[in-house]
Amino acid sequence: MSDSRNDMARAYWRANLKAITILLAIWALVSYGAAVIFAVPLYNLRVGQIPMSFWFAQQGSMFTFVILIFVYSWWMNRIDRQFDVHEE
Amino acid sequence: MSTETWTLIIVGITFAFYLYVGYMNRVRETAGFYVAGRGVPAIANGAATAADWMSGASFVSMAGLISFLGYDGAVYLMGWTGGYVLLALLLAPYLRKYGKYTVPDFIGDRYYSNTARSVAAIATIFISLTYVAGQMRAVGIVFSRFLQVNIVMGVIIGMAIVAFFAVLGGMKGITWTQVAQYSVLIAAYLITTVAIAMKLTNNPVPQMAFTFSDIAARLNQIQIDLGLKEYIRPFQNFSGLNVFFITLALMLGTAGLPHVIIRFYTVPKVSDARISAGWALLFIAILYTSAPALAVFAKYNLINTLHGKTIQEVESIDWATKWEQTGLLKFEDKNGDGKLEMAADKEANEITIDRDIIVLSTPEVAKLAPWVVGLVAAGGLAAALSTAAGLLLAMSSAISHDVYYRILKPGATEAERMRVGRAMIFLAILVAGYFGVRPPGFVGEVVAFAFGLAAASLFPAILLGIFDKRMNREGAIAGILVGLIFTMLMIILIRSQKLLGTSEPLLESFLGINAQGVGVVGAILNFIIAFAISRSTPPPPEHIQTLVEEIRVPRGAMSPVAEH
Repeated sequence: MSDSRNDMARAYWRANLKAITILLAIWALVSYGAAVIFAVPLYNLRVGQIPMSFWFAQQGSMFTFVILIFVYSWWMNRIDRQFDVHEE
Repeated sequence: MSTETWTLIIVGITFAFYLYVGYMNRVRETAGFYVAGRGVPAIANGAATAADWMSGASFVSMAGLISFLGYDGAVYLMGWTGGYVLLALLLAPYLRKYGKYTVPDFIGDRYYSNTARSVAAIATIFISLTYVAGQMRAVGIVFSRFLQVNIVMGVIIGMAIVAFFAVLGGMKGITWTQVAQYSVLIAAYLITTVAIAMKLTNNPVPQMAFTFSDIAARLNQIQIDLGLKEYIRPFQNFSGLNVFFITLALMLGTAGLPHVIIRFYTVPKVSDARISAGWALLFIAILYTSAPALAVFAKYNLINTLHGKTIQEVESIDWATKWEQTGLLKFEDKNGDGKLEMAADKEANEITIDRDIIVLSTPEVAKLAPWVVGLVAAGGLAAALSTAAGLLLAMSSAISHDVYYRILKPGATEAERMRVGRAMIFLAILVAGYFGVRPPGFVGEVVAFAFGLAAASLFPAILLGIFDKRMNREGAIAGILVGLIFTMLMIILIRSQKLLGTSEPLLESFLGINAQGVGVVGAILNFIIAFAISRSTPPPPEHIQTLVEEIRVPRGAMSPVAEH
C-alpha cells in the first residue's frame, strides 16, 4: 500500500517536472532564443512592418509568457485530477 | 478648469477612495495582517500583484528608458515579465502549499536553522529598503511637478496615506487598496498610449499600431540621419552577452523578490496560486506591451515636432515652454542660426530630452483634455504608493514575524505580535520617508543591488528547497553566503565610481558582464557551492524530507512535524 502510494507520488512529480520542462523550453526559446541568440538572423525577417527579432524582444516574448502561465495552470489542474491529488 | 485644478480633484478623489477601501479592510488578527486571511480571490491577487510590482519608475520612466535604449530596452521588458513564469512554475504553488507567512519562514524551516532564517530576513529587509526609498522619492516628485507643493510635503502626504491603510489593514488593507490602485494606473497609461497611437497611426490598439505601422522604421531612419544609434537593430547599447545576462538577472531577481512572493500566500488554494500568477502577468503585460509603443510614438512625435524648427516656432508651442521650465526639456541654439537641431554630438546637440518626459508630457503633446493630465499624475502616485505599501509590509513582517516572533520571542501572544507588526510597519514608513526626503546619492545603483542579491541568494535557496530533497542546511547556507558576497563585491567594484567615489571603476566588468547582469553569476555559484557541500555533509533529517514531499502535492494538510 505504502509502496504503491510512493510510486504514485513519484509518477505525479515526474508528470509535473515534464510540464515544467516543456513550458520553460518555450519560455527560453521566445526570449533568449528569438530575441538574443538569433537576434541577428531574425532581424531580416518581418512581423508586420518591424523586424521579427525586434517584435519578439518587445512584444512576442511577453505575450508568450502570459499564455505559458495559463497553460501551466490548466495542465497542472489536469495532472492533479489524474493522480487524484487535487484540492477539494 | 485648469490642469492644476483637475489634477487636485482627481488625486483627491483617488486618495479618498484608497482610504475608504483601507478602512473597510482593517484587521484584528495576525493571519489577516500578514496574509489577508488567505481569502483573496485569484484574479484580485493578480491585480494587487501587478500594482505591487509596477513601481513609480515603471509608470513614469520605463517607456522613456526604452525610447533611449531602442531594441536593447528589451532587457527590462523581458526581464521584468519573464520572472513571473519562473515564479508561477517553480515557486508560488509550493510556497502556498507550505502556507506560512514570509520568505524567511520557508528558508528557516526548510533548512532547520535560525542562521538561514536570519540571513533570509536580512536579505529581505535590505532588498525592500533599497527599493522603497525610490518609491517615496517618486511620490514626492509627482506631487511637486503636478501640484506645485514641495517634495518634502509630497513625501509626507504620501507617507500619511500609506501609514493609514498599511498600519490599520496590514496585508488585507494593502491588497484591496492595490486592486483600486491598479485600476487607476492602467486607465491612465492606456488612455495616454491609445491617444498617441490614434494620432500617429489611426489604430487605437497600441500593440497593433506598434507592429503594423511604419513609425518604428521611420524613427529608426531619423536616428540614422541624426547620427544616433539605430532604434530597431539589436545590441547597439548593450552587447549580446549583456542583454542575455541582464535579462536573466532581472528574471531571477523578480522571482526572488520577497514582496512579490508573499502575495501568493494570500490566496485560498494551491491552484489559485498558479492561476493568480497568470492574472498578475496578464495585468502587468497590458502595461509592458504598451510601453514600447508609447516609447516609439512619443519619441517620434517629439523629434518631429521640435527638430529643425525655429526658436519662435518652438516657443509658440505651450507644452514645450512648460516642460522647458521644469528642466526636462532643454533648448539651446548653440550655432546661433535661429533653428533648433538635434545631433549625436553633445557639443552640437541643441535639444535635450529627459527620459521622464516621454510619459509625462504625452497627454499634452497629444492634445488630450486637462483631466487626463490629472489622471496621469494620479496613476503615477498609485503606482508608487502601491509598491511602497507592499515593500513596507515585506520588510516589517521580516522583522516582526521572523526576527521577533520566530527567533527572539517564540511564546509571544497574538496581541503582542499584532502590536509589534503595526509598530514595525510604522517604523518602516518613517525610515522610507526619511530616504525619500534625503535620498542617498546612489539610489539608482541600488536597484542593481536589489535584483542581483535576490537572484543570487533567495531564488536559488527557495528553488533548491523545493526541487532538491537532499539539499541540507550546510549546503544552503554556504550557497546563499557565497552568492550574496560575490554579487555584492562585484557590484561595488564595477560601480565603484558612484559607490566608493573612485575616479575609475575598480573593475570594468566580470568577464564582459556588467553590474546589472552579474547576479546571474552569483546565482550559478550559489547552485554549485550548495550542491557540492550538501553532497559531502549529512542529509537533512527525516521530518524535513517529509516536509518537501508534502509541499510537492496540492492536497492534504502539512503534517505538524513541519512545525519543528
